[in-house]
Amino acid sequence: MAKNEIPLWEVFIRPRNGLSHKHCGSLHAADEVMALQAARDVYTRRGEGQSIWVVRSSDIIASDPQDKEELFEPTADKIYRHPTFYKIPDDVGHM
Amino acid sequence: MAGVDNNQLFSAVLAIADDHLVLAHRLSEWCGHAPMLEEDLALPNIALDLLGQARVLYTYAGELEGKGRDEDQLAYLRLEKEYKNLLLVERENGDFAHTVLRLFLFASFMELYWQEMVTSKDATLAAVAAKALKETRYHVRHSAEWVIRLGDGTDESAERMADAVEELTPYCAEMFDAGVGVYPAVSEGILVDPSKLAEPWQAVVSRVFKEAMLQDVSMLDGHQRGGRKGEHSEAMGFLLADLQYMQRVYPDMVW
Repeated sequence: MAKNEIPLWEVFIRPRNGLSHKHCGSLHAADEVMALQAARDVYTRRGEGQSIWVVRSSDIIASDPQDKEELFEPTADKIYRHPTFYKIPDDVGHM
Repeated sequence: MAGVDNNQLFSAVLAIADDHLVLAHRLSEWCGHAPMLEEDLALPNIALDLLGQARVLYTYAGELEGKGRDEDQLAYLRLEKEYKNLLLVERENGDFAHTVLRLFLFASFMELYWQEMVTSKDATLAAVAAKALKETRYHVRHSAEWVIRLGDGTDESAERMADAVEELTPYCAEMFDAGVGVYPAVSEGILVDPSKLAEPWQAVVSRVFKEAMLQDVSMLDGHQRGGRKGEHSEAMGFLLADLQYMQRVYPDMVW
């Protein structure tokens, strides 16, 4: 009942400084202030976050799953785009 | 502490602990019943903050008393008249508007209270205040936003919020009564004089009420008092029956 009047929000949490915000779920809230508070209460109870973003789900423009063939499949045979042909010197370590 | 009787300090700390335990219990009653999942997490979250504050205050009260009573004995094994919480916090939850308004009225008082207590000469109380202040600021923020949204919401939510204001107003004045043992400790810089917080608190409430399109009313001349003296309303006995059940049925149980 209430859900029809209360919009859906997507929640993004940044776990630490230097990392990027990561999508962690969604929730219902009346407006952006309440959405931030609800995100804090629902998704950061165990110290998961340093920063929260909330975005109205209806504001997200998503790709159509039916476009999968033209959008993503052409990359499948272009293995030269993966940097797997370089020798990494041992001194460089993790890259 | 020179000039301050530990027994008086015990009574004063116990009263604040009781406020927090009883309100935590009331908020926890919403667990599984809140109007939406998000709020079903938010209210018990706040209840757990209050319970955590109650625990350290009970433990400290037990040390002040010096009779070996621990937090559980103080929280669960006293008689109704020995609880010194405000009548405001023991009232039944009522609807969601009542619940969030009561939380707002109490939390905005406690925010001012902890702000003063941070500089207490008593190191334990100052440390409790510093931690509680951060939690309490969120309680005020969360409850105030709801008061604003319900007050300035639909016709029904506005009416319910206005009803809640009318019903809870008489209970607010008791927050500012200094109870037993407070004044000697106030002059020693150990405790906060709650009567000094009345005007700043009214200003906070009026600001939120204005934004909530609620009628600005004086909340300071209420007549409902008694909790601080152990004279409780009918609701308290039922609350304690629930709260104390496990310890009464299985004495000294732990888990």
